[in-house]
Amino acid sequence: MNLIFTIAAREFKSLFVSPLAWTVLGILQAILAYTFLTQVETFTLLQPKLASIDNAPGLADIVVTPLFGNAGIILLLVTPLLTMRLICEERRNKTLSLLLTAPLSPMEIIIGKYVGILYLLWLIVLLITLMPLSLLIGSSLDLGKLAANFLAIALLVAAFAATGLYMSTIASHPTIAAMGTFGILLLLWILDWTSTLQAQRSELFEYLSLLRHFQNIQSGLISTVDISYFLLFTATFLLLGVRGLDKGRLQK
Amino acid sequence: MANLITAEHLSRYYGKYCAVNDVSFTVAKGEVLGFLGPNGAGKTTTMQMLCGNLAPSFGQITINGFDLLSQAKQAKQCLGYLPDTPPLYKELTVHEFLRYCAQLHGIRKTAIAPALKLATERCGLGSVSHRLIANLSKGYQQRVGIAQAILHQPEAIILDEPTVGLDPLQIREIRALIRELGQDHAVILSTHILSEVQESCSHVQIIHQGQLILSTPIAGLNQTMDEGCLLVTTHLPADLGVLSAIPGVTAIEAITDKQLKIHHSLTENPTQQITAAINSGGWELTELTPIKKSMEAIFIALTQDKDL
Repeated sequence: MNLIFTIAAREFKSLFVSPLAWTVLGILQAILAYTFLTQVETFTLLQPKLASIDNAPGLADIVVTPLFGNAGIILLLVTPLLTMRLICEERRNKTLSLLLTAPLSPMEIIIGKYVGILYLLWLIVLLITLMPLSLLIGSSLDLGKLAANFLAIALLVAAFAATGLYMSTIASHPTIAAMGTFGILLLLWILDWTSTLQAQRSELFEYLSLLRHFQNIQSGLISTVDISYFLLFTATFLLLGVRGLDKGRLQK
Repeated sequence: MANLITAEHLSRYYGKYCAVNDVSFTVAKGEVLGFLGPNGAGKTTTMQMLCGNLAPSFGQITINGFDLLSQAKQAKQCLGYLPDTPPLYKELTVHEFLRYCAQLHGIRKTAIAPALKLATERCGLGSVSHRLIANLSKGYQQRVGIAQAILHQPEAIILDEPTVGLDPLQIREIRALIRELGQDHAVILSTHILSEVQESCSHVQIIHQGQLILSTPIAGLNQTMDEGCLLVTTHLPADLGVLSAIPGVTAIEAITDKQLKIHHSLTENPTQQITAAINSGGWELTELTPIKKSMEAIFIALTQDKDL
């Protein structure tokens, strides 16, 4: 167990030794701050009208949900770039044998790497959450809804990271890992677009879609189906990752 | 003596290509095994299998009594491995890197500092311990790689071409270190330099096309190779007939009429008779140098023996 955190800590530190983590944190924060401010602006414009409606959407609906929705899409683009080097680069730099020779099981290596990258992704999520929290200074906010959004995006990035890690174990080059991850995630993201075509909608596709489950939790409807979807999704790709890592040992 | 490393009937196929074919050997505590072979002979594949980086297609490996497959963790705890490319995180300093390696091997917190100190001292890394690995020369990087392999005092140490990229002075230090390690560990080192094996190893194995063609204590190597060679230069042309009649001389190659290559048997070393013959013939000996057999020559001789 300790060893998992040893690997995770090193992974996390190495992200901050290079400019990568700083760049990602800076750029994401800047872009999301901009979308956040536009949403706040929209709310102030709409406020007089909303006051006259019963059961009107609140601050959380107009600011928080779109902010986390945007964050989800941006992280869909960014996560593959963060996860692509996890195993792939170690294999290319031949540093993987350090881990393979150490008394570690493949499971510990994969989980360690995963936790390391998850630290960074959850740090990003935490920083994003600070923005809506700042609204508490001047207004009231539906904290329950904020918590639901926080949970939704935390689960979402956990699933993204697991996919990226798996692709990194099987790809021969980091770029291929990034492209593969991006492809899988985007496909799963847009899979429920068929639901707009009433006649031809597929329940299977709707169930598989990341977006659908993400939005369900975002709306404050926290159900076992959605939570277990993300947990199963993550676990599946982590197990595939263990297999992918072990494959290098078994054949070539 | 207990065998620390046991390999039984190891084979490894890459697709249909057989890289290692039915190789068995043991290394006991206090032995340094030199693993010789030309490029592509299967040295690195064998070492990767011994370290669990590659699964053998057939065969079994036991490290310090633990099966590498079913008791992988215990077995790997007893292993130190330096691959052909040292596995270094270049963005770390030497100290940080070795500390990480110590943690990976589950060394207790209180024991990490002394272990680090010992390993840095043994590999002569004291002066660079706070520099980034990326900024070190290749020789120093190689030493960090060795330090990483011996850090946790493993029972079995496996070094893949440990002296590549080192300067002659460093090579001498590393060979001394290997001999020192060999006293209370089992060491396997691979190389294609014969003199390295002669200097630091107690046993030698030669692998060719995936098969072991020789496995013997180092003393046995010279007996197997019962052939020496002398380079003789004389001031006046020598009479080849007289020289080749000396018992023990097997063949004479004339490079020029004044420079000869005399092949001879080692058990019946005819060097004295040759000098005597040259002196009595009045050809004026100016140079007599024993030529050390290259790995290549031994190797060719062995493969030819095998064909017969």
